[in-house]
Amino acid sequence: MSDITLSRRSLLLTTSALLASTAMPTLLLAEEAKPGGRLIVAADSEPKNLNPAIVASNGVFFIASKVIEPLAEASFDDENGLSPRLATSWEGSPDGLSVTFKLREGVTWHDGKPFTSADVAFSALNIWKPLQNLGRVVFKDLEDVETPDDHTAIFKFSTPTPFQLIRNALPPLTSVVPKHLYEGTDIAANPANSAPVGTGPYKFAEHKAGEYYRLEKNANYWDKDKPYLDEIIYRVLPDRAAAAGALEAEEIQLAAFSAVPLADLDRISKVPGIVVVSKGYEALTYQLVVEINHRRKELADLKVRQAIAHAIDKEFVVKTIFLGYAKPSTGPVPQNDPQFYTDDVPTYPFDVAKANALLDEAGYPKAADGKRFSLKLLPAPYFNETRQFGDYLRQALAAVGIDAELVNNDAAAHIKAVYTDHAFDIAVGPPVYRGDPAISTTILVQSGTPDGVPFSNQGGYSNPELDAVISKAAETIDESARTELYRTFQKLVATDLPLINVAEWGFITVARDSVKNVSNNPRWAVSNWSDTWLEP
Amino acid sequence: MNRALRLVRRRLITAIPVIGLVIIGAFLLLEAAPGDAVDAYILSLGGADANMVAELRASWGLDQSPWARLLAYLAALARGDLGWSVSFSRPILDIILERLPNTLLLMSASTALSFMLGSALGIFAGARPGSLRDRLLSVGSLALYAIPGFWLALVLVIFFSINLRWLPLSGIETIASGKHGFDRALDIGRHLVLPVASLGIIYLALYLRMMRAGMAEVWRQDFIRAAQAKGLSRQRIVLRHVARNALLPVVTMLGLQSAAMLGGSVVIESVFAVPGLGRLASEAVASRDTPLLLGIVLVSALVVIAINLMVDIAYALLDPRVGAAEAS
Repeated sequence: MSDITLSRRSLLLTTSALLASTAMPTLLLAEEAKPGGRLIVAADSEPKNLNPAIVASNGVFFIASKVIEPLAEASFDDENGLSPRLATSWEGSPDGLSVTFKLREGVTWHDGKPFTSADVAFSALNIWKPLQNLGRVVFKDLEDVETPDDHTAIFKFSTPTPFQLIRNALPPLTSVVPKHLYEGTDIAANPANSAPVGTGPYKFAEHKAGEYYRLEKNANYWDKDKPYLDEIIYRVLPDRAAAAGALEAEEIQLAAFSAVPLADLDRISKVPGIVVVSKGYEALTYQLVVEINHRRKELADLKVRQAIAHAIDKEFVVKTIFLGYAKPSTGPVPQNDPQFYTDDVPTYPFDVAKANALLDEAGYPKAADGKRFSLKLLPAPYFNETRQFGDYLRQALAAVGIDAELVNNDAAAHIKAVYTDHAFDIAVGPPVYRGDPAISTTILVQSGTPDGVPFSNQGGYSNPELDAVISKAAETIDESARTELYRTFQKLVATDLPLINVAEWGFITVARDSVKNVSNNPRWAVSNWSDTWLEP
Repeated sequence: MNRALRLVRRRLITAIPVIGLVIIGAFLLLEAAPGDAVDAYILSLGGADANMVAELRASWGLDQSPWARLLAYLAALARGDLGWSVSFSRPILDIILERLPNTLLLMSASTALSFMLGSALGIFAGARPGSLRDRLLSVGSLALYAIPGFWLALVLVIFFSINLRWLPLSGIETIASGKHGFDRALDIGRHLVLPVASLGIIYLALYLRMMRAGMAEVWRQDFIRAAQAKGLSRQRIVLRHVARNALLPVVTMLGLQSAAMLGGSVVIESVFAVPGLGRLASEAVASRDTPLLLGIVLVSALVVIAINLMVDIAYALLDPRVGAAEAS
C-alpha cells in the first residue's frame, strides 16, 4: 500500500502528489468497508476538558473531534485543502468584513435537537471569540453573526479580516457546540465540557479517569451509513513503553501521535500484522526551534547567531535524533505548507570553520581553555527529541568554543523559566505550525507580547521591519498579497535569525493492519474517523 | 487488651502534629518548584494570550501569596473539606476515593506476598545458617533487591504478556467488559498478578534477609541450647523458638515498608497503567495541582499511620513486654 511508508520524505510532498498516492487505495477500501467492531487506541494524555470549542489543542481534538465537528475539515484533495463538515460552503466578501457560511441541513445533536445557525452564532460569539485560546486571535474583530435562516450564518467583522486566515482556521478553531446546553450557563464550568454533546459520528459514552474514554456509534449521523465502527475506546497508557507492547499483545489496535517512540519503530515495523504510517499529520507539523534570549549581549550580535546556525548539522539532527522521520528546516514556515512556504531565503549550511570565523569576527576569541563564552541552555522536556537535541546542541556549540550549560526542568518549570522569568540564554522549543502564520510561527518573533505568555517571543527580540510585515499581513485581504507578505516574513526571519529553525516533523501512527482508512487526511488523528473500519 | 488500647490512643495523639508537618512540608516543596498550575494548563492548551493567563491565575486563586493559600487550605481542611482540583475540575475527595482502593489492593497484595514469601524463605534459610541453601537464597535475594522495579516490571510484561500472552498487559480490569461479581474479581486478580509480583518480589529480599539474620542471632542464645538439651525436635525448635523470636523485627519492618510501598507504587502504577494514588500523585506534581497533592499526601499519611497502628497492636499481641511499662 502506497500510503504506508517508513520514509518521512514521502510525507513532504505537495498536495497534488499526495492526491495521486492516496485516492486509489481510499476508493478501493471504501467499497469493501464492513461495519461493526470496537477500535481501541492508546491515549497518553488525559484531558479533562473535552470541549474543543474552548480548548483547541491536539490532545482534546484526538478524542473530541469524533463527537463535536468543525465547520470544515482538512483534506488532501478538496479545494483549498478543506472538505465540508457542518458547513457546506463558505464565501468571503471582497472587503473582508463578512464571511457567509451555508450550513448542512438535516443534522441533529446527539440529544435529538436540530442543529441550526443559532448554534454556530452562539459558539462563535460566546465561545470561540472570548474563551478559546486561538479564537481570541482570529475572531478578535468578530462583531456579530447574522442568521437570516436556520442554515445560513454570516460572520460580520468590525475591521477587515483576511478570508484566507478564516479558511485556514476552519478545521482547528470552529468546533460547534449546542447552544441549548450552554446558553445562560457558566460556559467554563458546564458539565457538557467533560461529557460533550455534538453532531459527530460518535457519541460520548463515558470517561473512567485513569483508565479509558468510550465513544459509541451515532446511528443518526448525517453522513448516511457512517460511521462504520460501533465503539472507539481510548485507553490511557501513561508509560512511554506501554503502547508498543499493547499493540504487539493486540490489546490496542492503534497508537497515534508517536505514542510508540521513534526508537521502537524499526523493531515494531517488522512484527507481522503491524504497520507504521507517517502520513496523516501534514496539517499538524511541529517545528524544532532554537529560541534565543536577545538580552544576552553576545546573542544580540547577528554574527553570533549566524555562527550558531552554521554550527548545527541539520542533516545529522534529522538522521540521528529523528531517525529520518523529519526534515531540515529552512525558515519559520514548514515545507509541507505549499500555500505560504518559500525556499528563497538565506541558508546556513553546516560549517564549523565558518562558525568559528564568525565568532572571531564578532570579537569573542577563544580563551586559553578553548572557550569563548558560556550559555545557559534549556531544552523543552515535552518530547524525547527536544531533550536529545539539547544534548546535541551542547556538543555542537562546544565544537565552536561556546560552553553551554544544560538546565533540565519539568514542563511547568520550563514554561516559567523561559516565558515568564526569561532565565535562559538559549532554549529548545517545539512550536506547532497551524496552517497559517497568523496563528502560529509569527508570535515567536513579533515584539510587544507581555511577559508570561507561553510559546511567544520572550527573548526580547524586536525588529520594527518584521513587526510591520506581520501586522500588515494580519489585515491584508488580497490572498496573493498576503501570501507575498508571509514570504517576506520568512526571508526576514531567516536573515536576522531571531530564532533558528532546525527541523520540522509530523507524528507517526502505528496500527494493526486490520484498521482501515488510516491517515487519509492531513489532520487524520484529530479528524472524525467516520470512515474508519475494522477488518473482522 | 488494655495495653493495646493505650498504645492506640498514644499513637493517635502523636499522629496529629505529624500530619500537620507533612502537609506544610509538601506545600512548601511544591511551592519551591518553579511554575504553577496555570503554566502546566497552558502547556496542555498549546498556548494562550496574556489576558487569559491572568484571568486563569485570578480565578484559580494563584494570584494570592503562598501563605494566604496555605491558610485558606488549612481552614478548609479544618472543616473537613479537601478542596477542588483545578486540573481534574472535580472535588479532590472524590478523585482520591476513586483511586485509593486500587492502590490499597496493590499495596496489600504486594506486602502480603513479600512478607509471607520473604519470611518463609527467611525461615528456610535461617534454619541452617551457613548452609548451601542459605547462601543461595541470600545471594539470590540480594540480586532481586538490586533490580530496579520498573525494569523487572517491563521484563515480566514482555515475557508473560507479549510473548506468552498469559496475562493482561496493563490496567486494573478489562476495559468496558461489563463483567460483574466473581467474574470481575477474577478479572481484576488476573490484572494484578504482574504489578503485585513486580512490587512484591523486590521487597521480598528485605524480609528474607531480616528473618534470616534474626534467626542466626537467636540460634546462639542459651534458651535454644536448653531446648536442644530438652530433646525438642529440630522442627519445633526452628518454628516455635527461633523463628518466633526472630519475627519481631520483621513485623517492625512491615510497618516501615508500607510507606516505601506507597512510593514504589508510583512507578509500578505508571508502567501497568493502574489508576491508583501513586500515579495520581505524579500527575498532581506535573500539573502543579497543590491541593490535590496535599490531599494525596494527607491520605497516604493516614494510611501509613493506620498500618503502623496495626503493626503496634500485632506487636503487643506477639510480645507481652510491649506496652506493659505504661501500665504502671
